This record gives sequence, structure tokens and C-alpha cells, in this order.
Amino acid sequence: MAFRWTNDLRPEDVTPEAVFMNRRQLIGGLAAGTILGSTGMAQAQEALEPNSWEDITTYCNFYEFGTGKDDPAKYASSLVTDPWSVTIDGLVDRPGDYSLGDILSQMTVEERLYRFRCVEAWSMVVPWNGFELADLLELAGVQSGAKYVAFETAYRPKEMPGTLFPVLDWPYVEGLRLDEAMHPLTIMATGLYGKPLPNQNGAPLRLVVPWKYGFKSIKSVVKITLTDTQPPTSWNKANPREYGFYSNVNPNVDHPRWSQASERAIGGGLFARRKPTLMYNGYEEEVAGLYDGMDLSKNF
Amino acid sequence: MTAWTCRKTSKSDAIRKELLFMVDQINATLRRIPTWLVYVLLLLPAPYFLYLGATGGLGVEPINALERKLGEVALQLIVFGLTVTPLKRWAGLNLQKFRRAIGIMAFAYAAMHLLVWLVLDVQILSQIFADLVKRPYITVGLAGFLLLVPLALTSNNVSVKKLGPKWRVLHRLTYVAAILGAAHYVMLAKGFQIEPLIYLGLILGLLALRRVPKSKSRRRAVA
Repeated sequence: MAFRWTNDLRPEDVTPEAVFMNRRQLIGGLAAGTILGSTGMAQAQEALEPNSWEDITTYCNFYEFGTGKDDPAKYASSLVTDPWSVTIDGLVDRPGDYSLGDILSQMTVEERLYRFRCVEAWSMVVPWNGFELADLLELAGVQSGAKYVAFETAYRPKEMPGTLFPVLDWPYVEGLRLDEAMHPLTIMATGLYGKPLPNQNGAPLRLVVPWKYGFKSIKSVVKITLTDTQPPTSWNKANPREYGFYSNVNPNVDHPRWSQASERAIGGGLFARRKPTLMYNGYEEEVAGLYDGMDLSKNF
Repeated sequence: MTAWTCRKTSKSDAIRKELLFMVDQINATLRRIPTWLVYVLLLLPAPYFLYLGATGGLGVEPINALERKLGEVALQLIVFGLTVTPLKRWAGLNLQKFRRAIGIMAFAYAAMHLLVWLVLDVQILSQIFADLVKRPYITVGLAGFLLLVPLALTSNNVSVKKLGPKWRVLHRLTYVAAILGAAHYVMLAKGFQIEPLIYLGLILGLLALRRVPKSKSRRRAVA
């Protein structure tokens, strides 16, 4: 099932994609169709350039190592990532502890250049290396009753100085609906720029769901559980008014404390301009169908 | 009844004399420091932060970092300003001479913090207005800043003379502004974070000290 999605951010794709989006949105009857279309074009062109290694590895939210953006880069080296295993359990045919080496030997790692949009209204473009989550789930054999996938980050107070403070209810947990988890865009990342994933970015194995706010893309995953009920998620537990289960990037639904209509691309320096945020972070074409008929302002 | 009301031993008397001597010496040193120097010293971090921001010293996202640094200094100066009275009362330390400089510089940092937010951070005028109305932490922060405006405007000898006893009453707005400033920080933090709560705790504590009846402070100062 690898290579189900290819990068749409290559130069030759830019214009057709933007024109296509423009047309689609006009047909869809969106009030701001033309505006969105034209900004979509601008963003697709800008987004071609991945952020630098320094941008991606020094500006991180990984509260297990502190709440400062530079804390993970400073302190995450203490996390022991080898050996590493992932417990896959719940509604699967083959539950158990899967060693990372074992998993990787059966996965096809590919490059995915994705937009990354944080709920704090900043964004990057990241050249991930990883494999489709669907392939990993297939390895464990998803049972027919499964509807959701729950994820858990490692919780090791001795290696994670940030967990000494009750910033969140540790361990960090996240969740996806099964169809979101099986979507071709959803990957488990193992690297950046063709190099192993640095600890501050969620080594050795992290989720990447590019159409959702960054906090959904849980880092340093040790447990994956298939369930039939919607699993709890850390930020939703901390503040249900501000963080929903879905947390799809949506410029039209504001976070209560700040607008989500625009974002600042990291790397622009002191005078960086804000740019408009795209619906589903620019992946509307691929994922809008997952949420047909849902009230997105209620299921935020 | 308690130890401090008992007869004092000669040893504790000696320590007390030593401490008083030290405080006197510090006060004598403080008297020699010209106030303009305090203005200059307190202003120095601002161009330094700007330099860091422009040269990558504040990380790959300097706008938010600069905004945050300026806001933190403003809060620190507000806390510093609130310690002047308790330090005089409980330790005999004489910092009153610098209180105006501390207050005006706190206002200056709050103004720079606001300016960075307006010009570098949000940029978009319609979004600025929306944020001011819809985001409580921004409304609270701006309210705190607006309260500082009349205080900065009346922080001069002419105003003190002109307003007379009303000046003191007006400048109690500092207390409200301080609480609003700390609340602004607490409200913008994600999750449960300690640092903003420390600022709020310090400010509330320093304000509470002002409520301690005079007689108690005198007794403790004697002890």
C-alpha cells in the first residue's frame, strides 16, 4: 500500500493544482472561492521550499522536555530510542510488542513533503521520511469492530524532565478515527531529510497527519490501540473548549484564544508576513470527503 | 511570650547592629547612583533583544520570542516596582529614588511589547480589532497597558505637585495594572504552566504585604 500518495508540491504540479482548486471551490459555491483559490496558488508556490534542518529541529513543541520552543532541542537527547518497541493491542488479530527493527523490515519508507500547521498559528514545510500507518495497522490485522486508533507517547520521567511538571496529564495520548488512520496521507515518520528523526522531533517513530493541527501528530509512539470507542486525547482532556478530537486545520473556525485564519511561516525572520491558512492545511482535495455532512464548527 | 518579645541577648543585638550598618551602607551607595543611569541600564535589554532577533539569536521564530521577552521584562519591572515599598518598610532599604524610573521603564517595555504585537505579529488590522474584542487575554493585557498610560503621563514633578494627594490615589492603579498584566500571562499559557503563576503569585503577595497593619511591621522591624 506504499506510494498511495505522491507529492503534489513539485514545480510542474503547482499551477494545475492551484487552478484546479480554484475551479473546484467556485463549483462548490464557497463565498470566498476566488480569494481562497488565488491564495491557494500563492501558498502552493511558497510551500515548495522545505524549511531548513535548523528550523525543523530547533523550534519544537514537545512538552515532555519543557514548554519552551528550544527546550526539546536542548533536552531531548536524554531520551533512549534504541531499543524501541511499539505495543499494538486492542481489536487486532496479532497483538503484541513489535520491535522497531521488526516493523521497519516490513515497511516501505518513502519521502513525503508535507505542510505542517501548528495550532499556535505557525507553519513549516517538512520533508518527512516514513511509511503509511495503514501498512503498520495491516501488519497487526485490524478487526472488523475497530473504529478508532489510540496512540500513546513514551512516559519516562527520568529521561523527560518536562514531565516533572503537570503541564498535561502524562503520558501524552492522541487518537484518530480508523478511516483517518488508514488514509494514504497519514504516515508514521522515521526520518527528516533522509536522516534519522532527531529526538526533539519525536524519534524514533511519530505520527504525521498533515491536515490536522500539529499536536495530533503524536511523537515517540510506544503504544497503538485499536478500539470501538473514541479514545481520549491529551489537549482535549486539558481544555475541551479549545481542542477538539478532530482538530482539522480550518481557517474558518477560530481557536477561542487566537484566530486560525492566517499563519506565520517559520524562517521568515523578524519581518515575516502572515499568510492565509488553507482549509485542511491545503489537503482539502484529499481529505474533505472524510468529513462529508459533519458540522465542522461543532466537530472542531 | 514569643522569642522576639523576650530580652535580647547581646549576640542578637550585635547581629542587628551589623545588619543596620549594612543597610545604611547600601542606602549610601544607592544615593550616589544617578537616576539617569538607571534609565539607561533598564533600557539596554530592548536594543539587545532587537539585535538578537535580527541576527538569529532568538531562534528561527524571532517575532514571538521578541514579543515575549519584552512582555516578560515589563512584568519583571512591575514586580520590581512593587518591591520598593515593602523593602523600605521591612528591610529599611531605600529605593524610592528609582521608583519613577522603574515605573516609566515598565510602561516603555509594555508599549514595545504591544507595538511588536501590532506591527510584527498580527499585522492585519481587521484581525487586530477582532483579537482585541474576541480574545480575553488580549483584552485583559490591553486594559492593563491602558491603565499604565495616565501613570506614565503623570510620572513627573509638575504632575505630582499639581495633583497633590490625588496623585497617590491615581497611582494605586499600578496595583490593578499589575494584576491584569500577570493575568494576561496566565491566560495565554497552554496547559498548566508554572512561570506565569509565579508572576501572579509574586504580585498578589507584594500587594498583600501592603495590607499588613503598620503596628505589626514596626514590631517585627524592632525584633
